[in-house]
Amino acid sequence: MHQTTDAPQITADYLAHACQKRMMNMILLVVFVALLIGGFGTANARNAGGFLNGLPNVFDFPADVLGEAWERAHLLPGYFLKYLPSLIETVNIAGAATLIGALLAFFGALLATRGLAPAPRLVAPLRRVLDVLRAVPEIVIALVLIFLLGGGPVPAMIAIALHTVGALGKLFSEVNENASLKPVDGLESVGAGWLQRMVLGVVPQVAPNYLSYALLRFEINIRASAILGFVGAGGIGYDLRNTMSWGQGKFDEAAAIFLLIFGTIIIVDQVSSHFRNSLTHGRAYQDKGAIL
Amino acid sequence: MLVISELTKTFGANTAVARANLKVDRPQMIGIIGRSGAGKSTLLRMLNRLTDASSGQILFQGRDVTALRGAARRGWQAECAMIFQQFNLVPRMDVVSNVLHGTLNRRSVLGSIFNLYPDADITRAIEILDRLGMARHAPKRAEALSGGQQQRVAIARALMQDPRIILADEPIASLDPMNAQVVMQTLRRIHEEDGRMVIANLHTLDTARRYCDRVVGMRDGQIVFDGTPEQLTTGMAREIYGASGSFSEAATSTEIETLDKVPA
Repeated sequence: MHQTTDAPQITADYLAHACQKRMMNMILLVVFVALLIGGFGTANARNAGGFLNGLPNVFDFPADVLGEAWERAHLLPGYFLKYLPSLIETVNIAGAATLIGALLAFFGALLATRGLAPAPRLVAPLRRVLDVLRAVPEIVIALVLIFLLGGGPVPAMIAIALHTVGALGKLFSEVNENASLKPVDGLESVGAGWLQRMVLGVVPQVAPNYLSYALLRFEINIRASAILGFVGAGGIGYDLRNTMSWGQGKFDEAAAIFLLIFGTIIIVDQVSSHFRNSLTHGRAYQDKGAIL
Repeated sequence: MLVISELTKTFGANTAVARANLKVDRPQMIGIIGRSGAGKSTLLRMLNRLTDASSGQILFQGRDVTALRGAARRGWQAECAMIFQQFNLVPRMDVVSNVLHGTLNRRSVLGSIFNLYPDADITRAIEILDRLGMARHAPKRAEALSGGQQQRVAIARALMQDPRIILADEPIASLDPMNAQVVMQTLRRIHEEDGRMVIANLHTLDTARRYCDRVVGMRDGQIVFDGTPEQLTTGMAREIYGASGSFSEAATSTEIETLDKVPA
């Protein structure tokens, strides 16, 4: 076979290049460590009590909560029942917000993906709209809506849904960008319309990713809707604020609420991974003996 | 040297490899033929320990390969290089780095993450590339190369391992006839010059005939033929491929020359 005589030259060039690269990596590493230490120093200096001095106290609050909860552990099942309705309200807010948000995000994402959008001019403005929806914290939207509409679950739901449109719209459109255009070309060649091309050509490719992002968002929204309860949107967050304040002696109830939220997140996670698997691999997955 | 006895692999209700027996007493170039799904890939993957065997044994120079665990298993994998149909290189890294991956078994995690390979290894990697006619592509990214070139980089990675055995799983199935020829000649040359054992899955008969000292035929997970290329008659080939009387060798050919030949 043909061997080149300039192999030593190539080796020398490559070694020089590798040496340069190692040097750059080394410099980057030093800069990174310096930034890390410097940043910590700044943050620590601005901290009221100092990070290291406060460190031993970090576990006081959880210890209090756990201690009280442990003493009155026999009451926990009762608390679970007591707070179940508010948990359902919270999950309800999150569920409605995720559904509405995901539906709007679906269309928003298709319209904001280059190569798929029917009106390429609208792509950039639509993306900015999604950016704005994402940029405004949901708690701000919720506070404004509660001021306008009065307290309750509806303002919270709208606030979370708007944020969900922004967040999922961006993620969905990034998924769309990775979808293959070949099936879309194939469908266009038979004379299919835009919506047909999208639903039949793109959605089957991206559905598993859509689902997993939407379910992740659902988890995040459960947490968000619990937080919005703190500002008067009802649900389990309201109860958590009431029980968690210091000096009320209700830490056992707070612990029960934490356990409820924790359990909910675990259930949602398990259900979501089950659906994601069956959607990604389909029934053929089991027939093949799960090796391919 | 290499003894495979009663090697079996089952996936649920399906049996991919059924009680395979094979004995190799000196470094040979062996071609495994058979149609898709005959268990060729599974057999090779079990040899490399990418897939665990359901039952049976692989002995290499008296050592029970199937029983190796952890570091010992990875040590065996370093001795037993694998070449894949789709090359399985890291597309975004340069050619030399891909070849240097052949040394990962003896490198520390931290050193390899920061790309700190000894200069001697880099020199040797480029020597190996030069031997395969690939030295001028050394600084390019693997994804920028053609299929045949990528497969030669994969062979270079295998040689960097300095292996006792080279396993090649359909090394030319994704290549055009010219590149297929270059890759097969390269494997043959490595076998002859270095005396390494080469076991290649091939789905074309004439490639196996042309380049291998020994041909193994598999059908439905079983080894149904084991002999020299001369012993492989058209009748035997029909049985391996489960084909009817209309089967001709030219039908499975990827070589340009065979197209002119009269079907055997």
